[in-house]
Order: sequence, then structure tokens, then C-alpha cells
Amino acid sequence: MSLNTHIPVDKEYLVNNVLLNESADLPADVEKLLKLVRREKVKYPVIFVGTGSCGLISGAGETLIEINKYLSDRDLRADVVETGCTGYCSMEPVIEVQLPGKTRVSFKNVTSEKLPFVLDGMFNSMVPVEHVLGQYKSPSLELWKDVPFIGELSFFSMQYRNLMKNWGRINPLSIEEYIATGGYRSYIKTIRNYTHEEVCDIVEKSGLQGRGGGGFLTGKKWKVAHTVMADQRYLLCNADESDPGGFANRAMIESDPHRLLEGVIIAAYAIGTSKAYIYIRNDYRNAIERLEKAVDRARDYGLLGHDVYGSGFNIDVIIRKGPGAFVCGEETAMISSIEGKRGMPRPKPPYPAVSGLFGKPTVVNNVETLSNIPAIFENGPDWFMSLGNETSPGTKMLVLSGKVNNQGIIEVPMGTSVKDLIFGAGGGIPGKKSFRAVQIGGPSGGFITADNIDIPYDFDSLASEGVYMGSGVMVVLDQDCCIIDTVKYFMDFIQKESCGKCIPCREGTRRMLEVYENITKRPVDENGHTTLERFKGVMQLESLASVIKDTSLCGLGQKAPNPVISSLKYFRSEYEEHIFDRKCSAGVCKELRLFYIDVEKCTGCTACAPKCPESAIIGTKHHPFFIVEEKCTGCGICYDVCKFSAILVK
Amino acid sequence: MDDQTSVILSRYPRGHRDCLIPILQDIQEEYGYLSESSVIEVARYLGLPSSKIFGLATFYNQFRFEPRGRFHIRLCHGTSCHVTAASEIIKELGKKLRIGPGEISRDGMFSLELVACMGACHLAPLMQVNDNYHTRLDPAGIRDIIDSYIEGEE
Ligand SMILES: Cc1cc2nc3c(=O)[nH]c(=O)nc-3n(C[C@H](O)[C@H](O)[C@H](O)COP(=O)(O)O)c2cc1C
Ligand code: SF4
Ligand code: SF4
Ligand code: FES
Ligand code: FES
Repeated sequence: MSLNTHIPVDKEYLVNNVLLNESADLPADVEKLLKLVRREKVKYPVIFVGTGSCGLISGAGETLIEINKYLSDRDLRADVVETGCTGYCSMEPVIEVQLPGKTRVSFKNVTSEKLPFVLDGMFNSMVPVEHVLGQYKSPSLELWKDVPFIGELSFFSMQYRNLMKNWGRINPLSIEEYIATGGYRSYIKTIRNYTHEEVCDIVEKSGLQGRGGGGFLTGKKWKVAHTVMADQRYLLCNADESDPGGFANRAMIESDPHRLLEGVIIAAYAIGTSKAYIYIRNDYRNAIERLEKAVDRARDYGLLGHDVYGSGFNIDVIIRKGPGAFVCGEETAMISSIEGKRGMPRPKPPYPAVSGLFGKPTVVNNVETLSNIPAIFENGPDWFMSLGNETSPGTKMLVLSGKVNNQGIIEVPMGTSVKDLIFGAGGGIPGKKSFRAVQIGGPSGGFITADNIDIPYDFDSLASEGVYMGSGVMVVLDQDCCIIDTVKYFMDFIQKESCGKCIPCREGTRRMLEVYENITKRPVDENGHTTLERFKGVMQLESLASVIKDTSLCGLGQKAPNPVISSLKYFRSEYEEHIFDRKCSAGVCKELRLFYIDVEKCTGCTACAPKCPESAIIGTKHHPFFIVEEKCTGCGICYDVCKFSAILVK
Repeated sequence: MDDQTSVILSRYPRGHRDCLIPILQDIQEEYGYLSESSVIEVARYLGLPSSKIFGLATFYNQFRFEPRGRFHIRLCHGTSCHVTAASEIIKELGKKLRIGPGEISRDGMFSLELVACMGACHLAPLMQVNDNYHTRLDPAGIRDIIDSYIEGEE
């Protein structure tokens, strides 16, 4: 990765004039230099490419190669900077171009083929409008004519970017750029001026609640760990991001790893430890690489290590790679995993804050929780309190995915309505389809439907609808998605991921999965008895759910029935349709589809019969064919093969 | 091959159980899987019974006990990919390659792994074959993608 860019300042300068200068306003000459580091003013054209995982999968790697080729072929001088992501996944690969004196412009879906066209335009001062996403506002730079402001696009306009303020803006590997945006100053100020207790107090006062799902007051948890007498304590950052639809923590690390690292170190100081672990999913290769580099840079800057800047504070950060198990997102299971054991949860109490890793007081915090810390110290706890609503202060990062126009990661004040999220930032449902539900919180979460879509997105409001916020993943479902099938997917996931320690979780979720398999499968021969069986199965779901909830040891089991309960509450008619009518109107439960041939339309062309894997189609050439219902498994192959639209779904 | 295992082991202190997972990860990184002999060597180094190590490694999804295929397929089966019909893709791959998740084809050419969210849900459903990504997959196009790898190797 070529992430070296032209930085006009060196380490000594930044440490002495920025980090160790605690006055709120830096001297004008320092500010002037930092402006250059932040590229508020550039001497040469700069081209930014987002190379987060999402960008790379969308083709940013090829675009980057093409940019370098473009510049060298034409002998042009320009800086090429790799950034993290903008969060606007649907627009990836995103590139941005900043010409001297002019504002920075962002372009969408710039694959390598489109690149020369975009750059040709920009280097001739003619913005290729069809590829433009928008330009950034800047008081001192000349605006481009007829180019919209990026902040005014529906995807961005309701966002408040604090955690994500550097995303797509700075080179995530450059500690210099992070420092130039104010980074690591909170940390130095904290360890030099505040006691451990004061740090815990400030965080408690801000009202910050854990973003890993539970919503526990972070400052309070720190205090417990700090008060317990012990010769060693640990801080553990949970970057396992085990929700199978989540990627906001990963993008945080890829886009601004130093922000997380600063949060981790401040938290370690607060609880009085010299050892912090970051437990990150092993398949997050790009994020791990960036995090490792960030740790190296911080060490090089003396921000990690022994007696940091004469404060007496020692700190070391160790990265551990999680070998893949959903349950390891649970804090006690994660602790077992770091100790070199199977990731099985332990009973609580004792809570990790009292007895955790290697039996020592351990604070476990989520990536997003910790990434909030630097700004709380920069702007004060009251500022944080003023964001969001009464029950949930601050902002929240959310993943918008599924059947929604604008997909990606957004950051909004807590309390924004779910409707605004989907139809505002998300830009609604694609292809004139209708909204069916949004699934929030993954396998531990539930559904919000058109009936209650106005509810504010915050811990308490969601909980009042039986929805657990979890990691902040929102999967939007439209009329083509089947609720039953979605719940079946979660049950299948949970059942495979249960660690097996508790019988209700292990066996109960398997039993639940069987119920879902039964109602989405076509039995060999259908009679009244089988309908009754399916009906009884579904009736059983509710009692199973309460047993599993009450008797499972950890959150995985306790929350596993949530999608079931939530779907039973809002989608009874879908259950009935599957059980009694043996139909899936979304057409997702393939086995429930019954195909038949329209004798009027069938020309007897014979195309379908040989393709049927079950040999369910019979007939003679030039005469209408016929599907033997008992044999047909509903695979739909014949439907796709028929050129005369003669095959229909019942 | 055991030489490399020794080099990996020498980077870690003897007898420290909390080094077990990082050691196994390094070995898998090197060889692509955990062979019986390397597990025995790790067991000796850490002073643990090898049955314990197998017990631990089978608990986690990412440890493999068989080599990967020459083309390793990572198919996303996260939530977004599921609602855009990733299960149809799994079926098609199964039909074409005659393998299921976690398996390797008899000729050692393809292996299949299911992963949770690759972080590019807007391109769902998607899969990675070695270093290439195939996005917005359509069940009907799976055979062609696989064939292109088979032809490429011939
Ligand atoms: C099955 C299960 C999975 C979890 N997965 C995660 C996760 O991926 N990330 C996370 O931060 N917390 C996860 N948690 C919550 C953690 O146990 C813990 O509460 C959290 O990391 C605490 O950090 P916070 O206070 O900053 O939220 C999970 C909990 C359970 C029960
Ligand atoms: S509830 Fe499930 S995952 Fe949690 S400890 Fe019990 S068996 Fe394991
Ligand atoms: S849907 Fe499949 S099984 Fe049924 S008739 Fe058509 S091809 Fe045969
Ligand atoms: S833009 Fe970064 S995750 Fe999609
Ligand atoms: S669910 Fe497949 S990329 Fe996110």
C-alpha cells in the first residue's frame, strides 16, 4: 500500500507544538501548518481513493492502479492518497479530487474504466457532472459551479458525523493527519491533568452507554473495575463484530484506527491498567493491518509504552485475532478465548469488571463505545449529553442494508425516527416495491413494521417494541422478502453458533429451527394431520421461547427467541399463510411453490421436461405438458426455461 | 514442513496456554490448515494433551483440518446476502462442485467456506474466489464462473 503522502511537519514538531501544547487554541503559525497537513490548502492536485474493504470489493484497487497509470502516462504531478470509506457503500468506488484553490469534489462508482473520463474532466476544469457525488463546503476555497454540496444529499443531510468525521477524509494510516484533526490531544491532556476517578466521572456524566448492544453506562463500569483492589487489571476492546450483517466496527478501524486507539488508551488510563487487548475478528484482514500499523505509529510517537511523556502512565496494546465464533462476542466467552480456551461464556456474577481476564478486573467495551471517548474529552461531557435524546445521549452508527436505495453506514443522533433513517438517509425502497419490515439487531433483535416505523431509534424506544438495538444493523425487507424465511435464517445461525453449554439454548433453538423447517417444507403427502402438526409446532414456539429466554446462561441464548417473538407479534398472517394455505406470497420458500402448466399457452415445445431434476414433467411433443404435483419440488427451473410463459406458480 | 512449525513456536514462550490460539493461527496462515503432526508438536510445546487442542480448534469456525482447494471459495451468508438469495447460490455451488460448506472437491481444486458479512452488502450476494470477488451473484451464472476457473487452469 502506498500511503505515503507529503507531510510538511515531522514528529518532533507535532509532539512539541501540538500534543504537548494544552491551550485550547494553537498559535497561528502552528495552525497554518496543520491546515496543510489537513489539506485545507493544497499545492498540487490531490486524488483520494477510498480503500476500505467495501471500496476494494467494489473495485477501488483497480481504480487506484488506473490513477497511478493515468498520472505517469501523462507525466502529471499529483498526490494520491488512500482514505477509509465515506460510508456511502452504494457509491463505491468513491474517489475525490482536490485541485489547488478549489473545493474538494467527490465522484461515485468510479471503476477503473470510468477513471480516465473523470480525471480528463477535472484536469481540464470541467467537472464530469454525471459522475459527481458532490463537493465539500469550504470558506476559503473557490466553489465549483453547478456541483451540489455533498452534505445536502439525502444520505448525508440528517447525519451528524462525530465518530465518522475523518472517514474518507484523512489517510487512516497517517498519525500526523489524525493529530492535525485534534487527535491524541485529549489523551495527553487527560493523563496529565485528571485522576483516574475524574476520567471515570467525566465519562459517566456524558451519559455514554455501551454500543455493543447492552447500553450499560460506560463510566459506571469503569468505576467498578477501578475500585476493585487488584495487582493487575485489563481493558478489552470488543472488535469481534459477530452480528452476521454488521460491518460498522470494521469500517471504523479501517477509516480512523487512531480514534479507536486513543479511546482504548484513555479507557485503560481510567481504570488504571497498563495492558489493553483488542480482540478483532481474524477475517478482518484489512482492518487488522491498519490497526497494527496504527499501534506501531503510536508507539513510535511515544504515545504507547513506558512513562508516556513523563506522566508516569505505562500502556501497551495487544491485538488478538478472534478465530470465528459468534458467541465470542459475548464478553466472558471472549475472555475465555483470550485465555486460550474454548469461547464458552461463564455465569455472571462475578462480572468481568470484578473478575475477568486471568481472574483480574476487566472492562470490556465495544469499538464504537471507545471511539466516542476522545471527542467527549475534546468537547466536554455536556456537549455529548446535548446530542441524541434524554434516554440515549450521543450519536449512533448504523448499517443500512438489504432492500434500500442508499446502502452504507451512517451516523445519526440517537432518537432519529426509524422512518427517517429508511426513507430519508436510506432513500426508500428500490424498484417501486413496498416496504415490509426492517430487521434491527440481527439474531438477537426483532422487526419494526410499517405500523410502528415512526419510533425513535434509541435504546428504550426500541426495547419497548421488543427490539434489541444490538450492533446497529438494519436490514430492510421489501415485499419480496419472507419474514418466516428470515427468522429461519437466524434460528439456523443461532443453532449452529450455540456453544452447547446450556441445554435450552442448544436443544431449544434446534427445536425452533425444526418448526420453521416444517412450515416451509412440503411434506410427502399432505393431510389434515400434518397441518395440525405445523400448527402445534408454531403454538409451541411461544413456550419454547420463554423457556430458552429464562434458562440460558448468556445473551446468545437469552436473546435467541427475539426474532421469533417479534415476528409472531407482527406477522401472524404470514405464519398462517405458510401453515394453512401452504403458500409463501413472497415466493422465497421455494418448496411451497406449486407449479402448473397453462394448457392454453403450452406449445408442447419439450424444453422443460428434460431440465426437470425430478422428472416431474410429462407430455408428448406438440401437446400441452403436465406437471405431476407430487413429484415437483418447486425448484423453478422449468419456470425459467419456458419461453412461452406457460408455467405458472400457484 | 515441521521446521516451519518450530520457527513459529519459537516466537512464543513455552507452556503459555494463552498463546495457543495465536500459534494455531500462525500455523494455519503458513500451511492453510492444521495438520495432525503440527497439532502434536504444539501440544508438546505448550504441555497440553493434543486432544485438548483439537477440542479447542474444532470449537472455532476458522480452523481447518484439511488443506484448501487450489481455488478457495468464500461465500458470504450474512443477513443481507441471505435476503438476496445466497442460499440459492450455496445450492448451485453444491450441485456444480458436489461439495458442501467446509468441504473440498475430490480433485482438490475447489474448497468452500461460508462466511458472515464481508462488509459489502450493497453488492450482495457475493463470493470471493482466492483474490477475486464476484458480486451480485445470480444462481444461473454460478456455473459459468466456476467453469472460467476450470478453463483457466487447463
Ligand atoms: C452472543 C453475543 C454476541 C455479542 N457480540 C458482540 C459484538 O460483536 N460486539 C460487541 O461489542 N459486543 C457484543 N456483545 C456484547 C458484549 O458481551 C458486551 O456486552 C459488550 O462488548 C460490552 O461493551 P459496551 O459496554 O461498550 O457495549 C455480544 C453479546 C452476546 C451475548
Ligand atoms: S446460552 Fe447458549 S451460547 Fe450462551 S452459554 Fe448457554 S449454550 Fe452457550
Ligand atoms: S419446478 Fe422444478 S421440480 Fe417442479 S416441475 Fe419445474 S423443474 Fe420440475
Ligand atoms: S463505504 Fe465503507 S463500508 Fe461501504
Ligand atoms: S451480508 Fe454478505 S456482505 Fe454483508
